[in-house]
Amino acid sequence: MKRLFVEGVGLLGPGLDGWSASRAVLAGKEAYLAAATNLHASDMLPAAERRRAGVPIKLALAVGQEAFMQSGCDMKMASTVFTSSGGDNDNVHAINGILATAPREVSPTRFHNSVHNAAAGYWCIAAESREPSTSLCAYDASFAAGLLESATQVSVEDAVVALIAYDHPYPQPLHAVRPIAAAFGMALILTPRQSEKSLAAIEVGFASGKVQESVMQDAGLEALRSGVPAARGLVLLQALASGKAAQVRIAYLEENHLDIRVTPC
Amino acid sequence: MAALQARRSGLIPCAFEDVDLETYIAKVGVLDGYRVRSDLSAYDCRNNRLAQLCLEQDGFVEATEAARKKYGAARIGVFLGTSTSGILQTELAYRHLDPQTGALPPDFHYAETQNSYSLAGFVLHYLGLTGPSFVVSSACSSSAKVFANAVRMMAAGVCDAAVVGGVDSLCLSTLYGFNSLGLVSRFPCRPYDAERDGISVGEGAGFVLLERVAAANASNPMLLLGVGESSDAYHMSTPHPEGLGAKLAMRRALGSAGLKPGDIDYINLHGTATKSNDASEGKAVADVFGNSVPCSSTKGWTGHLLGAAGITEAIIAMLAVEHGFIPGSVNTQQLDPAMAIDYRIERSDARVKRALSNSFGFGGSNCSLVLGRQA
Repeated sequence: MKRLFVEGVGLLGPGLDGWSASRAVLAGKEAYLAAATNLHASDMLPAAERRRAGVPIKLALAVGQEAFMQSGCDMKMASTVFTSSGGDNDNVHAINGILATAPREVSPTRFHNSVHNAAAGYWCIAAESREPSTSLCAYDASFAAGLLESATQVSVEDAVVALIAYDHPYPQPLHAVRPIAAAFGMALILTPRQSEKSLAAIEVGFASGKVQESVMQDAGLEALRSGVPAARGLVLLQALASGKAAQVRIAYLEENHLDIRVTPC
Repeated sequence: MAALQARRSGLIPCAFEDVDLETYIAKVGVLDGYRVRSDLSAYDCRNNRLAQLCLEQDGFVEATEAARKKYGAARIGVFLGTSTSGILQTELAYRHLDPQTGALPPDFHYAETQNSYSLAGFVLHYLGLTGPSFVVSSACSSSAKVFANAVRMMAAGVCDAAVVGGVDSLCLSTLYGFNSLGLVSRFPCRPYDAERDGISVGEGAGFVLLERVAAANASNPMLLLGVGESSDAYHMSTPHPEGLGAKLAMRRALGSAGLKPGDIDYINLHGTATKSNDASEGKAVADVFGNSVPCSSTKGWTGHLLGAAGITEAIIAMLAVEHGFIPGSVNTQQLDPAMAIDYRIERSDARVKRALSNSFGFGGSNCSLVLGRQA
């Protein structure tokens, strides 16, 4: 696959309040201090939509917006790939509760926010983007699936692609069977050509076989990486933050993985 | 195929679990007594049963097995669409929470049933494949969009062939959810009818094995000629009133196929039979194609298969090409006079070389496919 370029990064997680604020922590120059994810409704949305926005929409819009602000790309013209192991997990829990008892009155907003592509729908409205958008899930491998799909889009369609990954915890009782450690989102603006804003070139390779995954150097960040499917991408941000060339490995499904070569621009 | 030719609709009065809605559904009756293969029993849920039942039709497993021998298991991707996956399993489990602890029943398997990826994980294991895989869940465009994913993966050299498709099965979330939006009809759905008043929810599944043209065995193979994707950027559950996103998807599909509107011989419309979908899509089709291309929605047969609508209608479009006919539209009595398109209610024989199939979903997610034979 062709080389692609990272032109913007968005990040929001526990103790990680934006990419620019977290770069030094990811590079190992400052200590990581865990704190609740600073969730806020995006000013990209009209007031009515802002009120209806659940955690995934807040995460997706915050990291997408941050990533685009660093890049020279127009969010209106970029394709988008959203990836998440779950979706709106609070909402799914609420709907299951409503359906288990009479009367089964699922509100229209609850229903349309329950689709896996709700964050994508809100993003396209907020960004005024009519470009292709897809919403993926591959359970624990959702980040790898999103990165592979984004890389093929940049490579084959010659498109600018925003990859937006997010996950957040289920309430009980689902949390017990699918524990997700924290609310976490990250975004990458990926372009087919280098610009003065490019941070690094990356080459994404799909390979067979199980491998030792790259890990985070800090134990707290490693717990986050392994505890949230969307945070599997943190190792890529660690490499980008270091400003050095690196080879990053991310597990994909049981019998394959991604090899990613990162070269700073 | 026989049901299409005989104009036999699958819609029946709603009798599913204890759902108390007055509506029609398309239900695969045999699923209740059916189980998934015993080595994959953790995946057992209505959605994966339907997936397996479908995989076992039409020699699909044998065709995939031949491809596996040819390319290797790691070189075949699995990209599937679903909107609700195995959520029915969770809906039922929430009725049986532990009265003391509130815990889910011990036999509840989240990853293998509720999670959206459950479907692709099940199919990957069932077929013994190890290539790249994910689920696309973009509501009712899901199993059309997977064609685009597969084409890109093959073009980028990530795989040599791909199993694409989609499965969605009946569940309470969908029935009560669409009902809350006032989008469920009390009658069998009537696409493009002046009196249309909503959808009939259905369940269904479909799979297609895609290979590169050079690798195809047939002398005059069925081709995926083009794909077009777009977003409405308008509203979460209502399509753009002028069909802007729909037009963009259709034009992009024609562009990627290198075809003009007049090259299309049949359009399988999304045609859900809601007021807003058919009005918006009708305008978009009239703008792009005028009124000279025969069109119809086949949802009067199948109901709205949601995440499986794209694949089902892509297969119907290919049947129209293969057997040379325009399926028409069942249940539609009186065509909406506002539709400035060549909407066909009756079935007819016709030479169909290339067909376009539309799939549009919540969140303003649109996809059009062009399928057919090379000129």
